[in-house]
Amino acid sequence: MIVSRPEPTADISVIQIEPSRGWAFPKLWELWEYHELLYFLVWRDIKVRYKQTVIGAAWAILQPVVTMIVFTLIFGKFARIPSDGLPYSIFFYTALLPWNLFANALTRSTNSVVGSASLITKVYFPRLIVPVSAVVSAIIDFAFAFVVLVGMMVWFGIVPSWRVITLPVFMLLALITALAVALWLSALNVRYRDVGVAIPFFLQVWMYASPVAYPVDMVPPTWRYVYSLNPVAGVIEGFRWALLRKDPPDFTVIAISAVLVLALLLGGLVYFKRMERIFADMV
Amino acid sequence: MSDIAIKIDNLSKQYIIGMMRKTDALAEEIAKCLTQILHRGWNRKAQLDTIWALEDVSFEIKHGEVVGIVGRNGSGKSTLLKILARITEPTRGCAKIRGRVSSLLEVGVGFQPELTGRENIYLNGAILGMKKAEMDRKFDAIVDFSEIEKFIDTPVKRYSSGMYVRLAFAVAAHLETEILLADEVLAVGDVEFQRKCLGKMGEVANQGRTVLFVSHNMGAVLNLCPRAIFLHSGQLVHDGPAESTIKNYLAFLSSKGEQGFDNNPQRSGNGAIRLVGARILNEVNQASSHLVAGRPASLEFRYKNINGERRGANVMFAIYNQLGVAVSWFDFALSHGVVERLGSGGVFTCHVPNLPLPIGQYYVNIKLEVNGEEADFVPDALVFNVDNSDFFKSGRTPQLRFCTCLIQHRWTQETEPEPEPTLIRAQ
Repeated sequence: MIVSRPEPTADISVIQIEPSRGWAFPKLWELWEYHELLYFLVWRDIKVRYKQTVIGAAWAILQPVVTMIVFTLIFGKFARIPSDGLPYSIFFYTALLPWNLFANALTRSTNSVVGSASLITKVYFPRLIVPVSAVVSAIIDFAFAFVVLVGMMVWFGIVPSWRVITLPVFMLLALITALAVALWLSALNVRYRDVGVAIPFFLQVWMYASPVAYPVDMVPPTWRYVYSLNPVAGVIEGFRWALLRKDPPDFTVIAISAVLVLALLLGGLVYFKRMERIFADMV
Repeated sequence: MSDIAIKIDNLSKQYIIGMMRKTDALAEEIAKCLTQILHRGWNRKAQLDTIWALEDVSFEIKHGEVVGIVGRNGSGKSTLLKILARITEPTRGCAKIRGRVSSLLEVGVGFQPELTGRENIYLNGAILGMKKAEMDRKFDAIVDFSEIEKFIDTPVKRYSSGMYVRLAFAVAAHLETEILLADEVLAVGDVEFQRKCLGKMGEVANQGRTVLFVSHNMGAVLNLCPRAIFLHSGQLVHDGPAESTIKNYLAFLSSKGEQGFDNNPQRSGNGAIRLVGARILNEVNQASSHLVAGRPASLEFRYKNINGERRGANVMFAIYNQLGVAVSWFDFALSHGVVERLGSGGVFTCHVPNLPLPIGQYYVNIKLEVNGEEADFVPDALVFNVDNSDFFKSGRTPQLRFCTCLIQHRWTQETEPEPEPTLIRAQ
């Protein structure tokens, strides 16, 4: 019998194991080394999400559509909240999509590290993959719900302009905001499970601080500037601008909030890296 | 240096005992801080309870070496493996690993019950660090090894536990990294499959790969590993050829057994009733730790009922041989039901009419239960030797290598009569 001896590769890798000291930036290139694992974790999330449900992925459509009907009745018809001259349903739905994208990404990502305890205590991989894969897998529900939006635009005869190509930028901003916040929260959640419990409430408050159910004009001008620093407000305004030809949002404010998000993201990466070392012992 | 695969220098890991709690709630933390401030004042730093799970362990492993790690529960074996697998960080010291590593701390890590066998092969493979192309190439071999071709597209949650474990091990067995860190992966599946796994491990060991293998199964360590390391309370006690290490370990275990119950660090239970003494009696009812196979023996367990418990009590014990294999299990309730009325104490005695154990050393774990809950559990409470055999009335017994217990049996033998010359009929 010929025994296959593993080829001694030239670039034999050396792993150095030492206690880490102080604060450091995570090695982002490791994410690329493990991109196949990232792919499989996202794929698993998507595969498992609607297994053994009767209507399957239709849930991803049903939830936002029913929310839209309820809000349209209550805020559009009964409370008569202005909707910038657009039908309330499409005005609301265009904002609900990016909001849900953000909220789902943040919720999943915050709970991801605790939820992956069995992996984290048994095998090595860059821990950053866990919250990142949770954020990425939120895109799939967005994609399903987006189909309905296209249908509604056809129904109301709204033709998007060239601005529709900027949509991915706003999507990216929503996802990065979610990741930036989730890096802090998911690491905190390992130590304090309060975070996981508080997140639905936290998101509810955040939703009312974002122009999902009402136009941004309703915010008093004195508050407007602080209000627009909420990056999600920028994302929602951007969506409405790109798809519904509404007035352009204030891009300087969006740029400022994007810079804030970036700072939060960099801080989150360092904090996550710092906390990473106790994950396996505490989770 | 280039032929060294793993080099460990003064590796240590400290755990804060409070940190081992499952979850911390913020409120609890604040309350703890407040009480600390009230009790100690602001300035004094909180005293934390710590333990060293691993303390100044150093050794080197050359490329192609297969090394077993033995030690009792809590001796630091798993902590060592977890540090080398980069799951947790050391507190002090360092380790250098040259080459691609894969760790098997558990089979089936990340298995998703909702997904099919096929999907789980890919998922588990990716988690263990295989590339997709590599998995495509090995897929058929994995399925073949797992013997579950028919159910490969069935969700894993519908699998029997045996099928599940077979599939999980099959993926792990096809890892091709230069260095393999394995923890007790052989303690899975039915006997037939265990043999197959051991065979596969042997194959791996013969391929010139470096293997670090943690196990309770002394037989497996002896078979697979030329070298073994014995850890105790986080420290390296012995490092050398497997036979000498295991001999050392067993000698240590038996010296441990004589400590009695009070100093046994592994003792657990809620204390509803407590074991206060246990002894082994030979056929003339004398306390002894040397027994004869095939002769009567009894085990006596004395308990105290301090808390005045009145609910159903039960005593059970297991006998392990020197390789750590459970030989048999004895349970009072199995034959008599639980004891419904308890006094302030009492004695259980278990009589064995003819001891069916081959020559060797044995350990007894004792457990008392009250109302189905563990009241007192004393591992390695008793140690005894079987040094002579009267089992087959010939003074001889088979070697320990080939048996764990002796079975009463009889032989019959017939000799076929010589065949008579047959006549060849002419055509």
